[in-house]
Amino acid sequence: MTFALHGVRRVIVTMGYLLRLFFYGVLVRLVVLFVLGLNVRHRERLPVRGPAILAANHNSHLDAMAMISLLPLRLLPKVRPVAAADYFLRNKLLAWFALNVVGIVPLNRQRTHEKEDLLAPIAAALERGEILVFFPEGSRGEPEQLAEFKTGLARIAERRPDVPVIPVYTYGLGKALPKGEWMIVPFFVDIFVGEPLHFDGDRFAYMDRYRHAMAELALEEKHADWT
Amino acid sequence: MNLASLHLWIPPSVLWTFGAIVALLVVATIVVALMRRGDAGSHVELAARVNSWWVLVGVFAVALLFRRGIAIGFFAVLSFLALKEYLSLIPTRRADRRVLFWAYLCVPIQYWWVWQQWYHMFLIFIPVWAFLFIAMRMVLRGETKDFLRAAGTIHWGLMTMVFGLSHLAYLLVLPDGAPARGAHGAALLLFVVLLTELNDVLQYIWGRTLGRRKVMESVSPKKTVEGLVGGALTTTLVAFLLAPVLTPLTRPDSIAIGLMIGFGGFLGDVTISAVKRDIGVKDTGTMIPGHGGILDRIDSLLFTAPLFFHFMAFFYF
Repeated sequence: MTFALHGVRRVIVTMGYLLRLFFYGVLVRLVVLFVLGLNVRHRERLPVRGPAILAANHNSHLDAMAMISLLPLRLLPKVRPVAAADYFLRNKLLAWFALNVVGIVPLNRQRTHEKEDLLAPIAAALERGEILVFFPEGSRGEPEQLAEFKTGLARIAERRPDVPVIPVYTYGLGKALPKGEWMIVPFFVDIFVGEPLHFDGDRFAYMDRYRHAMAELALEEKHADWT
Repeated sequence: MNLASLHLWIPPSVLWTFGAIVALLVVATIVVALMRRGDAGSHVELAARVNSWWVLVGVFAVALLFRRGIAIGFFAVLSFLALKEYLSLIPTRRADRRVLFWAYLCVPIQYWWVWQQWYHMFLIFIPVWAFLFIAMRMVLRGETKDFLRAAGTIHWGLMTMVFGLSHLAYLLVLPDGAPARGAHGAALLLFVVLLTELNDVLQYIWGRTLGRRKVMESVSPKKTVEGLVGGALTTTLVAFLLAPVLTPLTRPDSIAIGLMIGFGGFLGDVTISAVKRDIGVKDTGTMIPGHGGILDRIDSLLFTAPLFFHFMAFFYF
């Protein structure tokens, strides 16, 4: 009986892994590379192993997908987007999909009790040597408009100063699939990868450097208006 | 080898022409390798450009050689990529997201008319039906700010990237052989594409070696009179020599077509340059190393394809 249960669990785990491979290896790549299309600059700055953090601006559900499609499939078991637990775990079906197929690291945005360490799941993932996709803005907000970067990024960097944080600037994903829309409209997307940042002891200075790096990347190409 | 045993739908003249193109590429590759001898850091862009030509010719050959349907599908994908590059480049309105979706949907529909050989619908679908439908869809959304600019730019994109380019595909469904004395659509298609791309290269080479007097400096500062005229005349000579192999064109007509492709190609090129300059970008994309985007490569075809098609349709079909 226990043996049978064990076997069933193994089948489910394997199925989940295959689904994830199909999702990122086929579906996401089809959408990101054919329906959209990427202009990637400084691809060589992407991490080749974990732990590492890709810290990007956030405009669309496609953001994490586009970035993950830049990494080789061999790294897929180690690559996970950090995503809001209140949003992605709000019902059972979505939670199953988010956790097993998309492979998110769920993050609570609000403390449920005073002592709760909100960043603990991220620290644990980095401990496992994973490459995390992280959005310091915390939410998609208005498409193609930059919201304020929250200091959560600096708190993570302070805890793990050895982990490289790579700023990634994306443009166009919010046009293709903005918040509140379900239909993807094709647009070419720019993804500019920055130099890795390392923590130097001061959270505010660190966030300044991140903000500066993102602003520099944004200036690499002129973009037409989208309002 | 018996070519008939391959069951290719194209005539042998197309295969021979592809052979000549490969020979030309071999020569170009050797010349560039000689130019770079001793200094691997020199002419990097030129080398990338020649490498990309190999890929482009390979993809084009595979698209053209096997089946009519595959060839038409290839041009549908090309239209989609060109339209996507264009719509990503220009300013668009958030309110028009769904409108752009309909614009993209025009691509498979337009190529479906080609596949069905529905000539009338092929001619009017984008200039009439899509034109009216897009305007209606936009006005129903109710956003009036920049309405005319958006309606104009979206339709301009459909006319050039979808309507204009689809003329290449329609060459493939012109009746094989009759009534135009041995014309085959694939041969005509190869003729116009080869001459247009060759014209780009020739104008570049003439301009780089002998170019002095600027032409259209405000649009494209590197273009010269010598490049334009030298290139167009060389293209005309090639058209004159190649026409008997691939087309039913009479000698005077082959000269007229050569000039039309030579100067029309130039106009297509500078038109996309004007668009890029308007927006403030150098290349339309990064899909083709050494060339830029799809639009940087096919800009001349946007003019030469419909010009060549309607010349043929008027005088020969």
